[in-house]
Amino acid sequence: MEDTLLVDWSRAQFALTALYHWLFVPLTLGLSFIIAIMETIYVKTGNIIWKEITKFWMTLFAINFAIGLATGIIMEFEFGTNWSNYSWIVGDIFGAPLAIEGLMAFFMESTFFAIMFFGWDKVSKKMHLTATWLVAIGSNLSALWILIANGWMQHPVGMVFNPESARFEMDNFWAVIFNPTGYSKFLHTIGSGYVMASLFVVGISAYYILKNKDVVKATKSIVVAATFGLITSIFLIMSGDESAHQVAQHQPTKLAAMEGLYDGHNRAGIVAMGQLNTEKEIGDDKPEFLWSIEIPYALSFLGFHNMNAYVPGINQLVYGDERHGIESAAQKIEKGKIAIAALKNYKEAKKLKDVTRATKELKIFREYEKYFGYGYLKNEKDIIPNIALTFYSFHIMVALGSWFLVLFFLILYFSMINTLKKQKVLLYSALWSIPLGYLAGEMGWIVAEVGRQPWAIQDMLPVGMATSQLATGAVQLTFWLFATIFTFLLIAEIKIMFTQVKKGMEVH
Amino acid sequence: MANLFKKIVFLYIDGFKNMKTGKLLWKIIAFKFIVFILIMKIFFFPNFLQTNFTTDEERSNHVLNNLIKKDI
Repeated sequence: MEDTLLVDWSRAQFALTALYHWLFVPLTLGLSFIIAIMETIYVKTGNIIWKEITKFWMTLFAINFAIGLATGIIMEFEFGTNWSNYSWIVGDIFGAPLAIEGLMAFFMESTFFAIMFFGWDKVSKKMHLTATWLVAIGSNLSALWILIANGWMQHPVGMVFNPESARFEMDNFWAVIFNPTGYSKFLHTIGSGYVMASLFVVGISAYYILKNKDVVKATKSIVVAATFGLITSIFLIMSGDESAHQVAQHQPTKLAAMEGLYDGHNRAGIVAMGQLNTEKEIGDDKPEFLWSIEIPYALSFLGFHNMNAYVPGINQLVYGDERHGIESAAQKIEKGKIAIAALKNYKEAKKLKDVTRATKELKIFREYEKYFGYGYLKNEKDIIPNIALTFYSFHIMVALGSWFLVLFFLILYFSMINTLKKQKVLLYSALWSIPLGYLAGEMGWIVAEVGRQPWAIQDMLPVGMATSQLATGAVQLTFWLFATIFTFLLIAEIKIMFTQVKKGMEVH
Repeated sequence: MANLFKKIVFLYIDGFKNMKTGKLLWKIIAFKFIVFILIMKIFFFPNFLQTNFTTDEERSNHVLNNLIKKDI
């Protein structure tokens, strides 16, 4: 019997480390490109002010990079200690992408970092600019590999389960690399990093304009960042659309939870805003929302690119819907149990060297393999993630993303008509949008990861089966240790960043 | 070639010498490596399967037994 407390603490610890790690990553992804654009303007125009602007933002980039460095490695430790079943089972799939990531990050980033930071006036302008662009490209490519691995967990493709080794083995490298779920995740994730970094530059520049300090440099910075932010916000909407399309195809329970959709129907609308009815239970007749404002047809269109498409709700996914060819969770659980029993019988037959029986059991296993993970679920309702957390996280993310688009547009508009300095409310809003950018990014990850529960690997391995047999106390201890260390690092980053910003944009 | 190597070495030496905020950042990086890799990894995060089993066959048997155990 799985230890629920152990599983919950292991999940909490992984969530804590992932959420902290994600406080540092998006700024690295986006600010590296903003710096490269600023330096390109310097090289093209020869205007020394752009060199000073580039150097200022580069210092903030370095602070964020240094504090964030190695926060991700903790997750790899956790895989080996807390999630040993999982890491063994997926080892063959994850090994290649993560090894490529490690090598690429090490060689590209560390080599060109030195030129970027130490090479001013020591290498040619063009060589320096090339190094800056390569740091940006290298950082973003590093993210590609880890997100391909994450995409595989959301939609496992290009692999086959080996019952001898208990591992998923890659049988199609290209299917893993070009997994559409991995790609849409990568594009949406880096897009959120670009928007986050744009908010960071826009917000700090707004602070300088409000303080009447380094106004020329701040105004130039704000125009670059707002332009980058506006373009990447549109890109973020497009990649979000593709992401939702992938979720609709492969993770219908996540989509239903994102929208608080209990009863599926054709021409389904999106809830633009609303309050979930906390008394609502799966299968009852109570209303889903206390109040809501809906955009008609939008969910069918978003999920299936067809305004008339049928979108299954939580009730159909749990209890099944023959009319639309949806199996009930109970049927899937039964089939999953057949797969587990066949695996067990296969192992016994192999041990007894009974080839005929082993072949027969393997055939049964392959027939029911796609339901394998369901066999570990105790209750049909276990297939549904936390609806309130997924729903509100998704809607907060979308609302904030929409606000950022408006913010970038207004900043650019008032910059164009040269009245930005007078727009105090807008400038304060820009400053206070920096933490909102971080919030939106974290909400996105909550949607992606809470929304796919109970699965560690979609339909194949529930989180309860992925953990190691550890003492819960050991996981609790390391949870609090990490919470302390990461909070210390976060305070250090904020303090060093504030000190640097207060010094102004002069080159130090 | 020797000249190029010398240039690269001096790029790093001069770069590290002239660092201001960077010096503090390197101290933080060093702190993290000591805490994460030398303390946390060794004392709190042993690799479960590497520590408790010696061969891959034992590891796969252990995981397979977890997957097929009766009381699930």
